[in-house]
Amino acid sequence: MNDIIISVKDLCKQFGTFTAVDHITFDVSRGEIFGFLGANGAGKTTAMRMLCGLSYPTSGSGTVAGFDVMKQGEQIKKRIGYMSQKFSLYDDLTVRENINLFGGIYGLSDARILRRTAELLDMLKFRSEIDTLVGSLPLGWKQKLAFSVATLHHPDVVFLDEPTGGVDPITRRQFWEMIYESAAGGTTVFVTTHYMDEAEYCSRISIMVDGQISALGTPSQLKAQFNAKTINDVFRTLARGAKRSE
Amino acid sequence: MNAIEVDNIVKNYGEVSALKGVSLSVGKHELFGLIGPDGAGKSSLFRIIASLIDADSGKAFVEGTDVSADYRKVRSIIGYMPGKFSLYQDLTVEENINFFASLFGVTLEENYDLVAPIYKQIEPFKRRRAGRLSGGMKQKLALSCALIHKPSVLLLDEPTTGVDAVSRSEFWDMLSELRNKGISILVSTPYMDEASRCDRIALINDGTILGIDTPSGIIYKYGFKLYSLKGKEKYALLKAARECDNIKESYPFGDSSHIVPDTGFDASSFEMKLHESGFPDAEISEIHPGIEDVFIKLMHNE
Amino acid sequence: MLILIIMPIVQVLLFGFAMSTDVNNVDLAIVAPHRTEAIRKMVERISANQYFTFKGYIAGNAIDEELRTGAADAVAVFDEDKGMQIILDASNPNTATAGAAYLQGIMMSDSKNPMKLETHILFNPQMKSSYNFVPGIMGMIFIIICAMMTSVSIVREKETGTMEVLLVSPSRPLGIIFAKMVPYFVLSCLNLATILLLARFVLDVPMSGNISGIVIISLLYLLLALSFGLLISTFAKDQATALIISGMLLLMPIIMLSGLAFPVENMPGILQAISCIVPTRWYISAVRKLMIEGLPFIAVMKEFWILLGMTTAILLLALKNYKDKLG
Repeated sequence: MNDIIISVKDLCKQFGTFTAVDHITFDVSRGEIFGFLGANGAGKTTAMRMLCGLSYPTSGSGTVAGFDVMKQGEQIKKRIGYMSQKFSLYDDLTVRENINLFGGIYGLSDARILRRTAELLDMLKFRSEIDTLVGSLPLGWKQKLAFSVATLHHPDVVFLDEPTGGVDPITRRQFWEMIYESAAGGTTVFVTTHYMDEAEYCSRISIMVDGQISALGTPSQLKAQFNAKTINDVFRTLARGAKRSE
Repeated sequence: MNAIEVDNIVKNYGEVSALKGVSLSVGKHELFGLIGPDGAGKSSLFRIIASLIDADSGKAFVEGTDVSADYRKVRSIIGYMPGKFSLYQDLTVEENINFFASLFGVTLEENYDLVAPIYKQIEPFKRRRAGRLSGGMKQKLALSCALIHKPSVLLLDEPTTGVDAVSRSEFWDMLSELRNKGISILVSTPYMDEASRCDRIALINDGTILGIDTPSGIIYKYGFKLYSLKGKEKYALLKAARECDNIKESYPFGDSSHIVPDTGFDASSFEMKLHESGFPDAEISEIHPGIEDVFIKLMHNE
Repeated sequence: MLILIIMPIVQVLLFGFAMSTDVNNVDLAIVAPHRTEAIRKMVERISANQYFTFKGYIAGNAIDEELRTGAADAVAVFDEDKGMQIILDASNPNTATAGAAYLQGIMMSDSKNPMKLETHILFNPQMKSSYNFVPGIMGMIFIIICAMMTSVSIVREKETGTMEVLLVSPSRPLGIIFAKMVPYFVLSCLNLATILLLARFVLDVPMSGNISGIVIISLLYLLLALSFGLLISTFAKDQATALIISGMLLLMPIIMLSGLAFPVENMPGILQAISCIVPTRWYISAVRKLMIEGLPFIAVMKEFWILLGMTTAILLLALKNYKDKLG
C-alpha cells in the first residue's frame, strides 16, 4: 500500500527574473523518511516553504496530505508539523507551557494535550524537567523536545529544516531514532540536513542543484549511479557542476 | 616555545560551567583542531585565548605572551575569525579587506602574496556587498581579512559551520597550505569528519577535554573492537542488536549500525541468528573505529 | 512592564496636572514715577491677584534690562498722559498673551478709572511661536543624532560580532570608538549651520545675538550628547536596548521637561527641580537668550558652566565604564 502523501509536478518559484525552484517533480510515500539535500542557495528552503503552504508556487502543481499547494495552503498547515534549527520553541516558557501553547495552536483539546504531554515526557524521560525553562535545557534536549512538539498533533507530514545542527553525536543519533520511530508509526518525515551521513538514514533522498533536482533515489541507488562510496562524494560530484553557489 | 599554551582554564557564566579546567598546547606550524558539539565550550576558549574575555582561573599564552596581562601584545600577533563571519555586510568585499588591512596598519598590496590563493577566488566579486555573498565566499573573505596582517598564529572559531560540503573541503585545503607556509592554526569545528585534516586534535565536550592526540593516535589510544551491521531494514536491525545480551552498545551510523561488542560476542553466530529471524541480507564485519566512534565512547565515559 | 503600564500612567498625570500651557504666574514690575493713590490701589489689586507676583518698582530706563534678564515677565508703566502701558517679554508668546489678558481684565474691573491701555511686545513682535521652538528643536535633534544614533552605531558592532574583530587588533579600541563618533559630530555641525541659516533667512528669527556665542554653546552641547551616546553604549548589549534607553532616559525627559514644549516656569516645583538635571533645559534656555533676546554671552555663563560640568561628569563616567574586553 504505497499511499502517496506528497506529490509535486513541475513546481516552479520565480522571484522577478530569478528562478529559485525550476520544475521539480517527485513523490513521497506515507511513512518514508525523505532527505531533501542541496547546497545553500540551491532552492531547498524555497521549495520547502511551498510544500508547507507558506508560499505560492509560480507554476506547476502539487499536493501535500491531499491538499493543493496552490489553493489550499491553510489546510496543509493543519496537517503538518514543522521544526527548524533557527526556531523551534520559546526559551522563556517552561516545557509544560510550550506544549500547552503549541497544543492550542494545533487545535488539540485540553484532554488530548494532557495525554500527549504525558506520553511525550515519558518517551523523552523528561518528567522531572516539566517546569524547567526551555532556554536552560541543553541544545540536544531542546531539539528532541522540539521534534516531539512538532508531532504533537500526529501530523501526516513533519518538515524538519536542519534539525541537528551543532548537536553532539550521541544526541544526534537519539534524535534520528525518534525520527525512525515516528516514521514507523506512519508519519512521513521530510528533512534537510548538512550532515551527509544523515542522508544515509533516509529511505530516499533528492539533491537540488541550481533550483533543479539532479538526483533522486535511495542512498544505495545514488551511490551506484555516481560510482561513489558515500553520499558526500555524490554530493560533491554534483555540486562541482553547480553555478549558483555564488 | 609553543604557539599556544592553555593551562587549566576555568570559565563560568553565573551557574553555568563553560570550561572546567581545560589544558592544551598548539606547537609551531601546527594545524590543531578543537572538535566538539555546540555548548562544549569552544567559543569561550577561543575568546579567552584571543584576549576578549578573562578566564576565572588558569592561564593562557600565545607565543609566550600572557593573554590576560599582556593583551595588547597578543592582539597584534594573532589573526582571529569569530563564528558567524563577522564582516561588514553593507561594505563590499574590497572595502572589507581594505578596512581590516588599515586596522592593522598594513595594505592589501603589501601583503597580497599571502592572501592571494584565497583572495583570488573572491576577487572577481570584489565590488559585491559582503552580505550578498554565499556562505563559502563569506568564509574566504573572513579568512583573508584575518590573514591580511601576516599573523603568526591564527584562531578560527567554527569557520566551516553552515557552509556546504564542497566549500568546507576547499577551506581545509587552504588551511593546510597556510600551515605549510609557517602559520600556526587553532581551528574549532563540530564536524567530526574534519578531524582527520588536522595534525593533532582535542576532543571537547561539556567544558572538558576528552582526549588530545593525532587523529590516528586518538583512535589507537581509545580504540576498541567495533563491528558494522548492514542490511535493508536498518532500524529493525538496530533494535535487534539492542536485544542481544552480548552487545554493549549499538547506534546508527550512516548506512549501517555500529556495534560495540561485549565479552563473549561472536559475530558469525549473531549474523546467523539474524538471517534466521527474518533478516536474510544482514551482514556483520569488523571495522576500525573512527573519530566519531571514539567521541561517542569518551562521552559515555564522562 | 515599566514602559507598558507605568509610563502611560505617568504621562496622563503629568499632562493632566502638571504640564500646561496655562500661565499661572506673571512676574510684574511697575514703573510709576508719580505714585498716585489710584496707582497704589492698582498695585494692591495686582499683588493680591494670584496670577501675578509684584516684583517691585523700577526706573523707566531699567525696563529693557528687567525683561531681558528675566527678572520680570512684564512691566506696567503708568504715565499720566499716556495712561497705562504694558510691556511684555514675548520670547514666550504664551506667557505674554496670557499676561496681557489678565492685566486688561484687572484694568477693566476698575471702571472708575478707565486708563488708556497700550500693549508693547518686545523681542517677538509677531508673537511667532517658531522663535520659541527653534532652540527646542535644536536641543532635541542634537541629542537624537549624537546620543541615540552614536550609541546604536557602537552597539551594532557588538551585535553583529564585528566588535570582537575590532578589539582583537592593535588599534586602540577607544580610538575606534571615538572614530565612530566623528561622523555624527560632523553631521551635527552641518545641521547646526543649516538650522541657523534656515532660522535666519526662512523663518525670520531675529538672531539678534552673537552667532559665535550660539555656536560655542552648541558645540558644548554636542560634546555632551556624544558623551551620553558613549555612556549608553557601554552598558547596552544590543541595538534595541540602546534605542530604548536613549528614548526613555533622554528623549522623554527632554520633550517633557526641558522647556521645549511646555514652559518650565509653569511646572510644579518638583518637576522644575527635576528639570534642572535635564541638560537640554539649560541649552534651550541659553540659546533662547542668545538667539531671541540677543543677550551677550556673559548672560549665559550659568548655563555654560552647568553644561560644562555635566559634560565632564558624563564623559568621565563613560570612560570609566568602558572596557577593552568583552567580559
